Amino acid sequence: MQNAALEYDYTVAKWFTYLAIIFGIVGMVIGTYIAFELAFPGLNEVFGQYGTFSRLRPLHTNVVAFGFTLSGIFATFYYVGQRTLKVSIAESKFVHGVAKLHFWLYFLLAALMVVSELMGITTSKEYAEMEWPLDVMTVVVWVLWGMAMFGLIGMRREKTLYISMWYYIATFLGVAMLYLFNNMEVPTYLVTGMGKWYHSVSMYAGTNDALVQWWYGHNAVAFVFTVPIIAMIYYYLPKESGQPVFSYKLSLLSFWGLMFVYLWAGSHHLIYSTVPDWMQTMGSIFSVVLILPSWGSAINMLLTMKGEWNQLKESPLIKFMVLASTFYMLSTLEGPIQSIKSVNALAHFTDWIPGHVHDGTLGWVAFMIIAGTLHMAPRFYKREIYSKKLMEMQFWIQTTGIVLYFSSMWIAGITQGMMWRAVDQYGNLAYSFIDTVTVLHPYYTIRAIGGTLFVTGLLMWAYNFYKTMTSDKVLDKEPAFASPMGA
Amino acid sequence: MEAIREWQAYAYFFLTVFLVVMLYGYILHLYRAEKKGTRDYEKYGKLALDDELTDAPVELNEARENEKNENKEQS
Repeated sequence: MQNAALEYDYTVAKWFTYLAIIFGIVGMVIGTYIAFELAFPGLNEVFGQYGTFSRLRPLHTNVVAFGFTLSGIFATFYYVGQRTLKVSIAESKFVHGVAKLHFWLYFLLAALMVVSELMGITTSKEYAEMEWPLDVMTVVVWVLWGMAMFGLIGMRREKTLYISMWYYIATFLGVAMLYLFNNMEVPTYLVTGMGKWYHSVSMYAGTNDALVQWWYGHNAVAFVFTVPIIAMIYYYLPKESGQPVFSYKLSLLSFWGLMFVYLWAGSHHLIYSTVPDWMQTMGSIFSVVLILPSWGSAINMLLTMKGEWNQLKESPLIKFMVLASTFYMLSTLEGPIQSIKSVNALAHFTDWIPGHVHDGTLGWVAFMIIAGTLHMAPRFYKREIYSKKLMEMQFWIQTTGIVLYFSSMWIAGITQGMMWRAVDQYGNLAYSFIDTVTVLHPYYTIRAIGGTLFVTGLLMWAYNFYKTMTSDKVLDKEPAFASPMGA
Repeated sequence: MEAIREWQAYAYFFLTVFLVVMLYGYILHLYRAEKKGTRDYEKYGKLALDDELTDAPVELNEARENEKNENKEQS
């Protein structure tokens, strides 16, 4: 018998949303603190070994990428997946159980990651700092996600997978491949009896290690910060605005373009290093080609709003998403520019690079996760969003924060690059390193203020979300398109 | 060394041609499938909008329906 009261089950989506909010705040408070450390080095000594830049920086990157962003990805997947496949996860006890186990094991893994990295236990590979026992656990968590994903797909009522699902599947497959290859490591104690049981060394050495590392590192950007976020915008922007995606064909073309091109671009992190020259050139070329599929998706999103631009003025949720796709365009143009060899000669190792990363991660990734969670909130709790005004304020405060962040880092980075290269008439370096540090101090301070503004916005997000959960403005039924908001 | 460079140049040229053909081929395939009426890609945009459990699927997954009917017959 058909169950008449069958509904989408948002339990796991809600749990992951709570984690996204918590990790977002934790990760970015740490980020802002270390930004202040760079401006005021005395702050390094406040919490002993646990508060130094070197200890906290990996913690910041790991918590925002693998805590905040992944939680946002999982939360939106368990929501978008059910809805676009037209199947409730509760229809299968097994798949629902796997999804719940996925959450709890992921939560445990993330907690262990935070504790171990705070204790200084890392592999010293950027964005792959977790030691081998946690790597094994990551594989289990990932397999569970895959089981839930393909379980849902297996029971779907809708034959065709919506484009967002393509991107979620690509995230699953891409990260699985990258993670396995880059984390091939030898547990030192088990093999040689040396060191602690949890320590390991990479299976690759020297230049090979660097190549695998940046193939992984850059594609972590691809398959954690880009692909699943595109999955989100392809669902939430059309749904919130009530407009179907401008061109479904363009979404397919951009998908295959992105999949093919992204994987070759990683070696742009190794320009002017010991890797073969042709590989550096290849990284540069593929990075420039990458503009096409990236802009294909972003323009598709902006054109989805065609004839409906009044919504940009009226809805803060649309503001978040339109600005997110605009920041996506900005950072996918900036990245390729930095990958051009002659530009890279100036930009490499300077503050322009974290500037670039943050206009992507704050403007694109965080804005989309914030928009996604706030779109889901009225559907989760059958209540209207607590405050539109608060959301508007959050939007403007965070946008100001991002602008302060990247503009200060542009100036700082280019200044730094120029000073490092400057020589006098005899070819001697014109400046010592400390000269650059002195000059950069005001920009570091501006960056830290930008971070503080962004974190302030996150607290407003958390408050708005909490008040929505507990609001007394109950909705009779789930809103179809635009999310209802209180004043 | 010269020979390798020459091979690299040929490989680079043909790979570029191959990729361009693939790209335009795919675009052509998308538009031709629509023109012939074998597939209407744009209707899939509705998947995000009509996503209630009670909404009619844009394309019903027949495999699921057949399975359900088979189970009914057996019971």
